[in-house]
Amino acid sequence: MESVRVVVTGLGAASPLGLSVEEMWAGLEAGRCGLGRIEAFDPTGLPCELAGEVPEYRMRDYVPKSHRKATKLMCRDIELAVIAALEAVTASGLVTKGIDPDAINIDPARVGITMGAGMISCDMAELAPAVAVSVTDGEFDIRKWGRDGLEHVTPVWLLKYLPNMLPCHVGIIHDIQGPSNTITCAEASAHIAIGEAAQVIARGDSDISLAGGAEAKINPFMVVRQCLFDRVVRDYDGPPETACRPFDAQARGAVFGEGAGLLVLENLERAQDRGAKIAAEIAGIGQSNSQGALYDRLEPDGRGIQIAIAKALDDAGIGPSELDLIIPHGTGVPEDDRAEAKALEAVLGAAVEDVPVWPTKSMLGTTGAASGALDVVAAAKAISEGIIPAAQNFSAPAAGGRLRIPTEAEKKEIRYALCSSYTHGGQTAAVVIKRFEEGTAG
Amino acid sequence: MKTQRVQERVVVTGLGIVSPLGNDVATVWNAMMGRECGIRKTTVFDASTFPTTFDAEVKDFDFTEHLTCPEQHTGCSRGSGFALGAAVEACRQAGIEIEAPQPGTGLDRTRMGVYLGAGEGSLANEAFFASIIRGWDTDEQTMDWEQSTQECLARLTRTHELEQEPNMATAHLAVLTGARGPVRSCLTACAASTQAIGEATMMIRRGDADVMISGGAHSMIHPLGLTGFNRLTALSTRNDSPETASRPFSASRDGFVLGEGAAIVILESLTSAQRRGAEILAEIVGYGSSSDAYRVTDMHPEGRGAVQAMHAALADAGLTYQDIDYINTHGTSTHENDSIETVAIKTVFKERAKQVPASSVKSMLGHLIGAAGAAEFITCILAIRDNVVPPTINLNDRSPELDLDYVPNEPRQMPVNIAMNESFGFGGQNNVVIIKRYE
Repeated sequence: MESVRVVVTGLGAASPLGLSVEEMWAGLEAGRCGLGRIEAFDPTGLPCELAGEVPEYRMRDYVPKSHRKATKLMCRDIELAVIAALEAVTASGLVTKGIDPDAINIDPARVGITMGAGMISCDMAELAPAVAVSVTDGEFDIRKWGRDGLEHVTPVWLLKYLPNMLPCHVGIIHDIQGPSNTITCAEASAHIAIGEAAQVIARGDSDISLAGGAEAKINPFMVVRQCLFDRVVRDYDGPPETACRPFDAQARGAVFGEGAGLLVLENLERAQDRGAKIAAEIAGIGQSNSQGALYDRLEPDGRGIQIAIAKALDDAGIGPSELDLIIPHGTGVPEDDRAEAKALEAVLGAAVEDVPVWPTKSMLGTTGAASGALDVVAAAKAISEGIIPAAQNFSAPAAGGRLRIPTEAEKKEIRYALCSSYTHGGQTAAVVIKRFEEGTAG
Repeated sequence: MKTQRVQERVVVTGLGIVSPLGNDVATVWNAMMGRECGIRKTTVFDASTFPTTFDAEVKDFDFTEHLTCPEQHTGCSRGSGFALGAAVEACRQAGIEIEAPQPGTGLDRTRMGVYLGAGEGSLANEAFFASIIRGWDTDEQTMDWEQSTQECLARLTRTHELEQEPNMATAHLAVLTGARGPVRSCLTACAASTQAIGEATMMIRRGDADVMISGGAHSMIHPLGLTGFNRLTALSTRNDSPETASRPFSASRDGFVLGEGAAIVILESLTSAQRRGAEILAEIVGYGSSSDAYRVTDMHPEGRGAVQAMHAALADAGLTYQDIDYINTHGTSTHENDSIETVAIKTVFKERAKQVPASSVKSMLGHLIGAAGAAEFITCILAIRDNVVPPTINLNDRSPELDLDYVPNEPRQMPVNIAMNESFGFGGQNNVVIIKRYE
């Protein structure tokens, strides 16, 4: 098997900082915070009323005419995926059916898609009229539901909420007929998806693959669930922009958000043949598992995260001191941050004093299956701009923390950047991306 | 990324199943050979007024009876419980030590992973519906979110909400086995577990793991699951005869039968299996994946994606359509799938299309959704082991255009060395795996 290099030729992002990569990067660079009081519904009475919401958009601006009717079948997770995919494909210079059906320059059968998606919660208000006719003495009556209520549910209701409908819609719009997969490992999903898509290309099953993740958790039921998991910043009365404080001594929890991040990955030879602009190279991927006594807490020593990062470095063929940037998962949940910090400290060894660790969730929030993808997009931008923006809300490290978290922006040539993620349930993942250099195999 | 020069051969060393036809491999296979059907009236919840009042449920199963430390899995979802039961059987057959604080048996757990095609658990239905009732103002047609979320906060439990997530079956198997290698979960509708097996195979081939615990687990037998499929009119409504309702390829088919279960398989590099002296049950030689990119609601009418996935799997295996002895079809018993799958098989198998036996065990098992592909993968291995093809039962009326050899009603003794397993999912997901007798 020939060695195949996989490069990034397009980036797309919809995030609480805006509807494009440029807006997200400008926000991150300026230290702008995308978190605020929830607007999607009235959050009064919830332990956490904050979230990172994507700014308003009109879906018809992001789909070709042929797919306009199908927007009725889109939940918000799908919409965000479609928006970010359009940007990524456009940026790559690939012309798909969705960009211009008269100038297509791809072979649809050789294009794949692997996306991370979350558990999509249905719209409670959408089901409410059906539930309302299924009540006896104030209680839900399943016999009435089966007989009457069910008829009030729109026929295609289920299809809006299947996680694989994210790549399905994107695939129909851009005519992607190659391998398609949907990774459902919550916050670790996007890194796993990017890794898997890169391997689909490396083994020759596609030339091009869209990869990333999307999730929209700002829904009453989902927010309640996050509150129950004790991960949110509770009863916070300070300004939203200081609420989420990864690795900081004053950290009190995570703020959840929504978003989508997509990359166009491409076989290097093919990308060069068509003269594509190469944003970065996928250098290494690694995955493992956190073996906790409790599924909703990490191992205190972060062992599963450590293994995933070590595997990614090994895959990239580099030592920890060669890293120029780490974007950690860093949610702001103190015990999770502590476990991740321990993992990073263990992997980095002496390099812990040098390698900058830049958490993004103080500004973006924890965007579920999108979070890892948004971080890889941010890492690619940091590489191309040669800048590591300042970490926000980091004043003093949590007890014992030894990570070097820059509070001032740093101008720096970045060759290797690592992004890491984990999720409750245990899956851990890491991705190493590299500045593209001619002639040197990743 | 490192690229391996040596491609590992990938073999299967363990099988386990929890399904509507029984809760271990031997029982399920005997049931299939006896043409039994696992479909009955719904008992998981009161479905008596739904358009469909029957399903294919797992019966008499309690995962705690299969484990030494069930407390590590307290509160897990129905699907995760099935996965645990099936994994115990598969690991035992493969000689993989489980539930061990310091696992031995010569396996490096950082080289062992988990890859499931698995679905989400059921909502906390009572709390969910109650919170809608409390918040909804019928006159104004608006929701009072504070009322609604307060009801949720009071009634939802942390454990149930966590265990409902689709990655949790995988999480439980990682804890069961101590796996520290690549651990992941995918959900591509009805094609999910075939995809998981295919991708896990690729990981072993590439050298990312020596052992992968793969397969699928799913239960959508809950009020909103049944509602969703009923509204899509995808389910059979033959309420007066549940046991004959799943009739793939029959002219009178009227939809699929919702099932549940788990099927877990141990995939291993040949090197690792030989080193451990594990019994090798079969070899996985080909995998192909594609997407229809056609419509959200329908399959491509000519089965374009299905054809591409079959071709890709054959090419990956270095085989042609001439080499396949048996096709385990997706065969759901819906009008659309069975017609289009037949067309796709004809396109790929050309003049041999009518000679290659192509059966659907969904006639007996029902449709296990995310777990379907893995359950059918296991039947392919047993078909090779015993040189017998499982039947498509309830196939008594043929329609003229459905004219393949669907192995109607009786199992058939015949040499089976290479089998093709097909899975197609809503949204145009197509996955095909080719399994070969190990030599």
